[in-house]
Amino acid sequence: MKLELCGIRKTFGRLVANDDVDLTVEKGEIHCLLGENGAGKSTLMNVLFGLLRPDSGEIRLDGEPVRFANPGEAVRRGIGMVHQHFMLVPVFTVAENIVLGFEPTRALGWFNRKKANADIVRLSQEFGLDVSPDAIVEDLPVGVQQRVEILKALYRDARLLILDEPTSVLTPQETLALFAVMRSLATSGRSILFITHKLKEVLAVADRITVMRLGRVVGTTTPETADEKELASMMVGRSVELVVQKAPASPRATVLELRGLVVEDDRGLRVVDGVDLDVHAGEIVAIAGVQGNGQTELAEAIAGLRPIAAGTVRLDGRDLSSASPRDAIRAGIAHVPEDRQTDGLVLALSVADNLVLDIYDLAPFARHGSRDLATVKSNAGEKLADFDIRASDAEVPVATLSGGNQQKVILARELSRPIKLLLASQPTRGLDVGSIEYVHERIVAERDKGVAVLIISSELDEVLALGDRIAVMYRGRFTGFCDPSTGREQIGLMMAGVLDESAALAAGAAEGADPASSVTLSRGSVHP
Amino acid sequence: MTTEAPTGEAAPQASSIGSEQPPSGDAPGQQRGKAAFVKLLRRLSEANVFVVTVLAIFSALVLGAILILVTTPAVLHSWGRIGSRPGAAFSTSWRTIAAAYSAMFEGSLFAPSAISHAVSTGHGWTTALTPISETLVSATPLILAGTGVAIGFSTGVFNIGAQGQLIAGALGALFVGFEVHAPIGVHLPLVILGGAAGGAIAGFIPGVLKARTGAHEVITTIMLNYVFLDLLTYLLTTAPFQQPGQANAISRTMPSTAILPHLFGSTLRVNVGLLVALAVSLGAAWFTRRSTAGFSFRVIGLNPSAGRTAGMDVRRITILVLTLSGALAGLAGMATLSGTDFFLSTGYGGNIGFDAITVALLGRNRPLGVLLGSLLFAALITGGRYMQAYTGVDLDLTTVIQAIIVFFVATPALVREVFRLRDQGEGPTRILTKGWGG
Ligand SMILES: Nc1ncnc2c1ncn2[C@@H]1O[C@H](COP(=O)(O)OP(=O)(O)OP(=O)(O)O)[C@@H](O)[C@H]1O
Ligand SMILES: [Mg+2]
Repeated sequence: MKLELCGIRKTFGRLVANDDVDLTVEKGEIHCLLGENGAGKSTLMNVLFGLLRPDSGEIRLDGEPVRFANPGEAVRRGIGMVHQHFMLVPVFTVAENIVLGFEPTRALGWFNRKKANADIVRLSQEFGLDVSPDAIVEDLPVGVQQRVEILKALYRDARLLILDEPTSVLTPQETLALFAVMRSLATSGRSILFITHKLKEVLAVADRITVMRLGRVVGTTTPETADEKELASMMVGRSVELVVQKAPASPRATVLELRGLVVEDDRGLRVVDGVDLDVHAGEIVAIAGVQGNGQTELAEAIAGLRPIAAGTVRLDGRDLSSASPRDAIRAGIAHVPEDRQTDGLVLALSVADNLVLDIYDLAPFARHGSRDLATVKSNAGEKLADFDIRASDAEVPVATLSGGNQQKVILARELSRPIKLLLASQPTRGLDVGSIEYVHERIVAERDKGVAVLIISSELDEVLALGDRIAVMYRGRFTGFCDPSTGREQIGLMMAGVLDESAALAAGAAEGADPASSVTLSRGSVHP
Repeated sequence: MTTEAPTGEAAPQASSIGSEQPPSGDAPGQQRGKAAFVKLLRRLSEANVFVVTVLAIFSALVLGAILILVTTPAVLHSWGRIGSRPGAAFSTSWRTIAAAYSAMFEGSLFAPSAISHAVSTGHGWTTALTPISETLVSATPLILAGTGVAIGFSTGVFNIGAQGQLIAGALGALFVGFEVHAPIGVHLPLVILGGAAGGAIAGFIPGVLKARTGAHEVITTIMLNYVFLDLLTYLLTTAPFQQPGQANAISRTMPSTAILPHLFGSTLRVNVGLLVALAVSLGAAWFTRRSTAGFSFRVIGLNPSAGRTAGMDVRRITILVLTLSGALAGLAGMATLSGTDFFLSTGYGGNIGFDAITVALLGRNRPLGVLLGSLLFAALITGGRYMQAYTGVDLDLTTVIQAIIVFFVATPALVREVFRLRDQGEGPTRILTKGWGG
């Protein structure tokens, strides 16, 4: 299906989120939409999908002008959308989620589960989207949940599929699998609008690329004529350092000390299995690993959010093994959680309130149990400017910020109090290249101030760019430490569990011999 | 209910679209006036909380009027003869509605004639002010218990146990009332504290159960309602609570030092309990908006896992909220006992604990909203009684009107549809479902 957007304009109060946007997607084309955080990409997609009404402008499908009052109408005209933040019902099965609203029924409106399951199996085989119809969605890793979202759109016979930052939560292997699916969809004549911040992906998969900045289209190009640098500067309007410049680390005293740490997940499985680690003041340790190898639980244990089954956590020599989250914060740990919307922010509260979420009861933000809202507000003003957070006002709910700007709110909050350890999981997930550059600079600046930094990232580029030392985590253990000069391939193999220094030494350790297992590895599938 | 919040808060943002002045044109003053007017129209046509509530009340009164018409024999009779005397049908209808609603007004607030009589003669002030005094008396426990319920709701804790906590509070106040002997300046504050303490204990129990075992507060508080109701029945037939020398299930009477003094002379029943309620309401408004504890309550209500990550103790807050919520319901029991009833009997508290839930919803869980909702509810109750007495319209009609108001307030989409209001709540709030932060 051919899509034309003509002169779309959408404002929120004084903020112009889309300003006269023109965009054409041809039939069978994979069209990438690129743009910095808050450029208006999601807004444009929400307009197209009938979630927002444009102030002016026209949408044409195969040349015919259309108007959608709600997503239902958009779906009926063959548009499918996979949102930046998924919209599945966590307690429903895969099949129930996919057919929701379009359920096959028997006589008297009874839900025909058999037919639903059969339809889904057929669809998933046709496009190579592997899911099991009876699985409960909340038990599935994000990569699979995403497949469910895509199947949902295909089940509704989408001929134009919108994918809003689908890869920011995927492992590299999952991303490759997604690209294969996208290509097969395009070959079958469907059009795809694909939003991402990862320039490598854009160059790998796009037929054409449209770049947006500050609500406007700044240009359209193709992967043949543009490279990463060029795309980055088109997006941000200046040239961007894709790899942060930093001086060699000068590590000092040990700040974080983990000894024999064992952590269990919610189902009681040992997902962190005897980990030893020292992080020194003035150095950045980056933990690389395919998501689901215990990194999340490791971070939660250090932050006091998850009880420790065995071993110790020490901060500056102080035992924090049984600390509460509050103790950990007060002891000087800054924590950037992996899932910003669930753990990092209160979406309905203002940006200003979210910027003091973990220090709201301390001076100068409160005195004698009474909040000082003027200070909270002026603090917000400073942070919005410092971190270049794009919000029309500090009093708007943080939910109205773009995904990347939401992430910056968390970073701004965590980096603006005196800390000893910065513990960040996926710190730049969903950020544009300009913001990544900035956040990386801030993290390096924290290091240079003498903060110990522990980064957990499934982004190999990030690990290599930031880490002074790199630890590779596989199945709940560190399979090796290396420095950033180690080759990508070698680290990649270690992440897949193929190369394992300690195991090699211990001779004959059975684990990790199967590289394929890392591809389908899901959270908690470790050491049953 | 909590997911509604962002819509409301985003409202002022959206409403500023187009309110800026055009670049050139007529005299600046006129321009400004025009712009302000346009802005006002926009505001009014938007479905904000205030407009929805006013329209809900209006719709309820209209539906109530229709009900009055179809249930009054004289009116039906006159419509039966519409062919021969068309004017009569309309005038009878009009007179019936006017009589009913003016009775409701006079019974809940004041009768203009009584006021003018009192002003001109200097006598009869008591008669003139009795209706409003009665309304304030009925509103007092609703404000207290409703505020308690609202604090719970806005923290994501569904305290359905205000009824039981109210009884526990009344028992606490009664106990301090007859056990302690002191001058009123000491005794009365202790009685008030006794009421709060009784309710607090009744709220603490489901709080601990939820925090320690995960037992859902809706179940435990509902069940505890029965526990306290039966506990009351039991205590009323045993020493020391039972009135000595009585075989009936009636409690001892509050001594004079444990009674909330009247505010305006002995004949108007409005009493110091109202001041307690107003103080609680203002205190709660400060608490939710400005205090650090109130902020943590709100965070836990909106997103407990973000609160936990930010170092808030979810269990402690759950216990605190239910205890506080119970304490306020307990104060409601104290206010009715020490303000108007002076002794307890079986089934004490009537429906107050459940009406408290309704006014909390009506006031959208904001303390000042609860205050207004309680006054409205109380006025409907006192006015409805008067209407029944003077026009024969059944008191049940008031209940129907109350129910319709709540129904409309709880379904803003319906009101928007009926009155064709612009939907101001578009935006990402609709697509706010749990995601993985891509
Ligand atoms: N409902 C809303 N109310 C007010 N402002 C909004 C609303 N929705 C979006 N915005 C603003 O519009 C701008 C564009 O947001 P949008 O989500 O489209 O950005 P984006 O390009 O998707 O960014 P990202 O890459 O970070 O996801 C942002 O400044 C955002 O704060
Ligand atoms: Mg976006």
